[in-house]
Amino acid sequence: MKPRQARRLTRPILYLMLVAMAIFYLLPVYVLLITGLKSFAEVDLQRMWALPTGIHFENFVQAYDKLAPHLANSLRLVIPAALISSMIGSLNGYVFAKWKFRYSNLIFALLLFGMFIPYQAVIIPLVQFMERLGLRGSITGLVLVHVIYGIAITTLIFRNYYAGVPTEVLEAGRMDGAGFWGLYRYLVFPLSIPAFVVVLIWQFTQAYNDFLFAVVLTGNRTWPVTVALNNLAGSQIVQWNVQMAGALMTALPTLLVYILLGRYFLRGLMAGALKG
Amino acid sequence: MSSTLSAPASRSLSASHPTPRPRRNRDQRTAILVVLPSIIATAIFVYGFIGWTLRVSLSNWTGLMPDYTFAGLRQYFELARDPRFAIDIRNTAIFTVLFLVSCLAIGLFLAILLDQRLRGENVFRSIFLFPMAVSFIVTGVAWRWLMNSATGTRISGLNLLFHQLGLDPLINNWHLTDPPWGIAFIALPAVWQMSGFTMALYLGGLRAISDDLREAARVDGASEFQTYRYILLPLLRPITLSAVIILGHISLKIFDLIVAISQNNIALDVPAVYMWRTTFDGNNYGQGAAIGILMLLTVALLIVPYLFYSMRSQEEM
Repeated sequence: MKPRQARRLTRPILYLMLVAMAIFYLLPVYVLLITGLKSFAEVDLQRMWALPTGIHFENFVQAYDKLAPHLANSLRLVIPAALISSMIGSLNGYVFAKWKFRYSNLIFALLLFGMFIPYQAVIIPLVQFMERLGLRGSITGLVLVHVIYGIAITTLIFRNYYAGVPTEVLEAGRMDGAGFWGLYRYLVFPLSIPAFVVVLIWQFTQAYNDFLFAVVLTGNRTWPVTVALNNLAGSQIVQWNVQMAGALMTALPTLLVYILLGRYFLRGLMAGALKG
Repeated sequence: MSSTLSAPASRSLSASHPTPRPRRNRDQRTAILVVLPSIIATAIFVYGFIGWTLRVSLSNWTGLMPDYTFAGLRQYFELARDPRFAIDIRNTAIFTVLFLVSCLAIGLFLAILLDQRLRGENVFRSIFLFPMAVSFIVTGVAWRWLMNSATGTRISGLNLLFHQLGLDPLINNWHLTDPPWGIAFIALPAVWQMSGFTMALYLGGLRAISDDLREAARVDGASEFQTYRYILLPLLRPITLSAVIILGHISLKIFDLIVAISQNNIALDVPAVYMWRTTFDGNNYGQGAAIGILMLLTVALLIVPYLFYSMRSQEEM
């Protein structure tokens, strides 16, 4: 058989396999979506896979009532955390790529180790420390924690990005009299937009999806949405359909970022491949 | 991607000489001052806190008031005798093996499918990857209902779907299967969430291999299968290593997913969950710290050689 012919035969099989796999990945989304859109009267575990008869928002309204304050907490957490982290990462990356000093490579490696540690190995002192600073239970405290444990990954992404900027460009800038800050402000920073997008998305997703820090460092008024959703799911009173609507609502912000900026998300994933 | 940790080698400004020395020294000092806060923060929050945890793990601290009385390795010996911790280790082992093998196999399979330059490649790739953007808690909540093990008239979730499709033999108890196999089913949502990641790694690897190589294989009369088996797959080995290390350390730390699905079911316990419960619900700080340190040691066994290897290969560039 000629390769061309073989190809024509195998194509449909390939598509069949791809579609089968796609169904597996979309299955939970389908259930979340149709359950969310059913009316209370239609909601029945035994008709879980049946399409809703009409479009109803009762489940979403009820889930929203329960989750809205916590969604707001999450946004108050992730926006500053992502912005501050990316600024720090950018400056650190600039230094570790272009202003190497004695032992800077060793120090960089020691910084990197921080992104792999199981946080269980630091969380007891962390709680004590935040307690003493009066930051336990506050969103500000949680922002601080995400910024600090984000230093490693953000520095890594920016450093690798800046390593690709030719040093000659910066040398030319120095000939014109620019110093450390001048080079950063006029040459490096304007070049960094793609890296900023990658890091902002990455930190946004990480801080938004975090559960461990949130559950030990916040109280019921400051819970971010992941903790609130978990409690919703663990409660005996809340109906499963409301839980499903809540899960979809919780997933929405990061999913939107993924759908709109997927390309950059993927890049962050690869660069930050190392982070769990 | 195999070099995620390393960047292309480039000269540093510190070594170049277009500016007068005093100016250069001042800039270099500024550079160090800029990274200093990060270094101090890491020294405290990573290394300092690990040391502090170690100290707690060598104490008798139980109850709300800190108690650092030195107790030697008591907490560790007690863990060694603790049946719950034995369950945790068994669960982690089963989960890790299944999770790793399935992610690698499915990821590679999907990457090869997508490597065929089919129409709609981008759509499929996005579908396989989107679960990565979602929190483990969301995944857990959704899959807890999909893996509902109720039977008879109350049958629902995937079991109901199997029943409706006439696939009754597939109906099972999912994560409520008798120990130790319940944990095996938790690997399913974990694979759902993370296999897109291995797909992306492998696809990136396949795309980086030059077309000339495939062409040469074809000219030599190799079939498509043989080309993959003998030429392309061996070249993907470094990617498999990175994937094993990354997924492995995620698996050893797995926490949120278990919390969301098991809701305090001891049969599905893992070290991260035990640590959290014993410390913050039971106030057994000494024991919690010991679990934290053991988790750190396990992850370090995986990560430190990898970090060394990556940094070394970078220096050599």
